[in-house]
Amino acid sequence: MNVLETHTRRVRDSGRKLLVPYVTGGLAGDWTDYLHAAADAGADVLEVGLPFSDPMLDGPAIQRASDAALARGATIDSILTDVSRLSLPVPVVAMTYANLVFRRGAEWFCAALRDAGFSGLIVPDVPVDEADELLAAATGLDLVLLVSPATTRERRREIAGRSGGYVYAVSLMGTTGARAALPASAGELARSVKAVTDLPVLLGFGVSSPATARAAVVEADGVIVGSTLMQQVLDGSSPGDVGVSLTGMRAALDGLDA
Amino acid sequence: MSSRTVERSRFGIYGGRFVPESLIPACEDVERAFTEAWHDPVFRDRLAEILSVYAGRPTPLTPALRLSAELGVTLLLKREDLAHTGSHKINNVLGQALLAQRMGKARLIAETGAGSHGVATATAGALLGMATTVFMGERDIERQQLNVFRMRTLGAEVIPVSTGSRTLKDACTEALRHWVTAVDDSHYCLGSVMGPHPYPWMVREFQRVIGDEARSQVTAVPDYVVACVGGGSNAAGTFAGFLDTSARLIGVEAEGGAAVTAGSDGILHGFRTRVLQDADGQIAEAHSIAPGLDYPGVGPEHAHFASTGQARYVTVGDTDVVAAVHRLARTEGIICALESAHAVAWLINAAASGEVPAGATVLLTLSGRGDKDMATLMELA
Repeated sequence: MNVLETHTRRVRDSGRKLLVPYVTGGLAGDWTDYLHAAADAGADVLEVGLPFSDPMLDGPAIQRASDAALARGATIDSILTDVSRLSLPVPVVAMTYANLVFRRGAEWFCAALRDAGFSGLIVPDVPVDEADELLAAATGLDLVLLVSPATTRERRREIAGRSGGYVYAVSLMGTTGARAALPASAGELARSVKAVTDLPVLLGFGVSSPATARAAVVEADGVIVGSTLMQQVLDGSSPGDVGVSLTGMRAALDGLDA
Repeated sequence: MSSRTVERSRFGIYGGRFVPESLIPACEDVERAFTEAWHDPVFRDRLAEILSVYAGRPTPLTPALRLSAELGVTLLLKREDLAHTGSHKINNVLGQALLAQRMGKARLIAETGAGSHGVATATAGALLGMATTVFMGERDIERQQLNVFRMRTLGAEVIPVSTGSRTLKDACTEALRHWVTAVDDSHYCLGSVMGPHPYPWMVREFQRVIGDEARSQVTAVPDYVVACVGGGSNAAGTFAGFLDTSARLIGVEAEGGAAVTAGSDGILHGFRTRVLQDADGQIAEAHSIAPGLDYPGVGPEHAHFASTGQARYVTVGDTDVVAAVHRLARTEGIICALESAHAVAWLINAAASGEVPAGATVLLTLSGRGDKDMATLMELA
């Protein structure tokens, strides 16, 4: 079993809910400080976005974060170099789009991720039907696959069976972005996926507050939090400010909030 | 009508279905519905009837006598500019709108660049009583205001897209994002032979009426079959009628949007194809005077034809294109779209250089009429 999945299972089995923050690579000069702040606030896994010019599944906050990172000159190489220099206490997963993965070849891309110290990879526009080549190249890395509320029961089983590290359950039919409340589809989706796999199942899309995080882990093993953090960074929040937000979510997941 | 409806999710290594999981069931639904409909004589008859009594098909094949004499070739123009709404886009849109209705969808979503596909979709929406939402880049809205007004007159909602290069590429991305939120009641009426499977195959089938008609209208197989290529739907439809002949198939790209000629393998908008991009895979902006060709990718079948040599892809620049509009207008009394003028411009150059030899017969698809481009041409006058 790979590093990421060993870790996520251990955390889940210990009774702790997983907190997985997402940070767009290269978003600011001090962007890796946000990773440290997230780890210090109790993150269990860190997702680093490799920005793409045409992020099909992302809402306004991550679109703007991606544009800002690219405008600053962020590249795959610069982000991987930044990450390779870090010593982080938790596994790091890359999130990006198919064109960046296949541009220089899946083999090259996965080797570059491994060399930079990544443990996993999420590519939302490579569904399970198109994933063979990437799965073959991703030795040593866990390829995290996504399920959505529209995914049929049969596909949920297939996706969970081929996913590594965790299953990324997309809480709603829509793009990434903060929502006031977790949609009703989220709990039902997490429950149905957990019924067909013993992998940890994490909910993402719309988890943006202690309340939504707490609601998500009624069924799920943890949460992925991205847009709300990136919006804070775009609005000028420091790594410390973002750490405070995540500390609040950590407390909610641990059942320590009021 | 040909019955070559073998399903193709791949064209060689190109094509596929690279979309988020949320869209997979919707793509499968469209694939299933289209496959059934395309084998259903009732559906085929209804589409044929509506193309005839509403859209004006068959479109004529016009011998371009004076331009032929000047160029020393026999030029036959397939007149998609005479189809209702002024371009070939109506062929695909009527097919998809009837399909959407058959699937029980109440609403059409579309992206548009030049506005031709948006106008066609708004037209089909009005005809069939379906709400229509069109995504259009802000930059295209500025240069195609007439088409924006046409769409709104037809009752469509036009949503400006302010991200990225604010052109067709971004309108397409935004339409896909929107479709994720609206799959239950909405059909994404994609405008070209691109996107995730089944779109490249389905749109090619809806457009093959151009090539099938032309094939029946010519008295002999032409030496050359020429069409402009942005996403490539008028070319794919035209080529489909001549793939099994000796005709040389020529796709003409815009110099600044030449995905086949100047691009490299990549994945954009749900399919693998040739794309304009940088070393990391960030998508480059296309630049063309013709908004309909301002797209950094190309339909996967064209990428495949280029790799096998079944068709040849060439480019022409904006200056030659504008000159071609004027030359066709003054010799034939036809003001064609800037997109279509790419095909005319290539022929003018190729006849002059001898690449197309004297006496050759050339079938050229005029994909649309130039009314929408008058403001652009007036600025240059």
